Amino acid sequence: MSLLEVNDLAVHFGGVKAVDGMSFSVEPGEVFAIIGPNGAGKSTIFNLISRIYEPTRGTIRFDGKDLTAQKSHDIARLGIARTFQNIELFDHSTVLANLLMGQHTHRSTNFVQDILFLGKVRRAEREHRHRVEEVIEFLELEAYRNKMIAGLPYGVRKVVEIGRALALGPKLILLDEPASGLSVEETQDVAFWIEDMRRDMGLTVLMVEHDMSLVNQVSDRVLAVANGRPLAMGTPQEVQADPHVQAAYLGTPEEDAA
Amino acid sequence: MRYVFKTTYDRDIDLHQHGWSRAKVAVLAGLMIVLPFLVGEYYLAEATNTLIWALAGMGLMIAVGHTGQVSLGHAAFLAIGAYANSALMNVGVPFLISFPLAGLITGLFGAVIAIPAVRMSGIYLAIATLAVFVIVEEMVILLEPITGGVGGIMAPSIQFFGISFDRYGALENFYWLCLAIVILVTWGYANLMRSPTGRSFLAVRDSEVSARALGINVTRTKSLAFGLSTGVTGLAGALMGHYIGFYNYELFSIFISINLLLVVTIGGLGFIQGAFLGAILITAVPQVIAILRDGLNANFGINLGSIPGLDTMIFAAILILFIIFEPAGLYGRWLKIRTWFDIFPLARRDMFRRQKSYLKTERMK
Repeated sequence: MSLLEVNDLAVHFGGVKAVDGMSFSVEPGEVFAIIGPNGAGKSTIFNLISRIYEPTRGTIRFDGKDLTAQKSHDIARLGIARTFQNIELFDHSTVLANLLMGQHTHRSTNFVQDILFLGKVRRAEREHRHRVEEVIEFLELEAYRNKMIAGLPYGVRKVVEIGRALALGPKLILLDEPASGLSVEETQDVAFWIEDMRRDMGLTVLMVEHDMSLVNQVSDRVLAVANGRPLAMGTPQEVQADPHVQAAYLGTPEEDAA
Repeated sequence: MRYVFKTTYDRDIDLHQHGWSRAKVAVLAGLMIVLPFLVGEYYLAEATNTLIWALAGMGLMIAVGHTGQVSLGHAAFLAIGAYANSALMNVGVPFLISFPLAGLITGLFGAVIAIPAVRMSGIYLAIATLAVFVIVEEMVILLEPITGGVGGIMAPSIQFFGISFDRYGALENFYWLCLAIVILVTWGYANLMRSPTGRSFLAVRDSEVSARALGINVTRTKSLAFGLSTGVTGLAGALMGHYIGFYNYELFSIFISINLLLVVTIGGLGFIQGAFLGAILITAVPQVIAILRDGLNANFGINLGSIPGLDTMIFAAILILFIIFEPAGLYGRWLKIRTWFDIFPLARRDMFRRQKSYLKTERMK
């Protein structure tokens, strides 16, 4: 059974059909990339899965559950973590605190216990820290542990956001343009991490990405979208060879003539 | 330069990262405890007032500094705390029960108001809390049997275990009572901020959309923060009633709300210490102005008493200067000075430039 099934999904903002008739499914343990020109509706698909937008029609099923019946803050509990295209970190906190916030769904204490800081809270804090340290080690963030986000370079912030999503301990991770704004070396790191997430952590990865070298390197299947509709699906090579995809990116000869 | 070698996660979980900081807090607490033996009645009363303002400031700090919810209505919650405590004591409930109950009542009231109010943010929330303030002020005037209406009421005398804690009869005892309450609340607040609840407050403050994506129920978190904030403010209100002795609705004017906002902004938004520094400033400045005014009048014959609104003008000037030059407040400035010494001589002029951003509560939304 597919982990994530999107069926005939659509969202209209007034007259704008941001996503229209989108269907695809992501298998467990797969790296699935969504590509497409700007404004194609890629991030909108993510925002529909995160329940930030209400779909006009269609269904999203994750692990057999209907996501459209869930509240946006319940999505994380089901095992879906995400990053944002424009980094959305907690700027006035340290890297460590940001990652600990990713542990929120694992909290076992209520606010009264927290205020009294009972022994249970301390034990839970050690647990949270232990899991977060695994993420820090994985992403090699040791040097930045106690640094404020506001003072960090862009590339590091990008990695911290991936770390925060991993700290949640998800089944499915949504990466919104993980390589945008990164250098060639940093992009290479991201490629290795995505490989490791799949192989060592057993994660399923759904990503939106423009960098075709990264897409080619890590993804099993690619979905090309344009104008909110699916264009082509298949291996990275198949999709890039598809004439519809080439037309969407480069324009068609007829259009040139006109 | 100081290095802290951490060998267990507990070092990061503990309130103090090293013994030196623990010792400083212990010395400060010790000094505060022996203060009645060191200063006279007048200054002890001022110190008590500062403690009460610090308590109220901590209340507002939970909402404004740590959850990003601006409130112009916190004077109303001071009033609810004060009147609830007096009303309970007048029907025979002992202070030790009526005082926490007053906090609980105010906190529940705040949390209920928050459920619709927290859907707003920034200036809209400020206006909504202002409306709450106006409603509560009218209620105080109308509920004459409890509040004494326009005439006001006398705060009942505090007495338990056969000891008097009356503000006028036994100021030292009242001071120690306030100090004990402030220490307890500070401890609980510091605990909160090192636990998942505190982290969820900060998450909601800095990015609601990613807080949601991490599974944080934003509405519930904001209501909880607002409830805790108003609860602590209610406790401060109860003490303020006893401190003033005889009061009516005018004690809890809109200017108290604004002064409380000054406390947290000038003190340093997002720092518990900021509430204390702000409270010291806000209670000391009028005294300093009064002393200066008397001195100038007596020695040089310059009569500043004839200038109306001098206090307000000076407060306004201080606030403007802080917002322009040090949005992180007094405590933020202190942190920078401390860092400068800690890493001497490696400090650079632009080290904090990137961090010089405003909390979302003010400018960046």
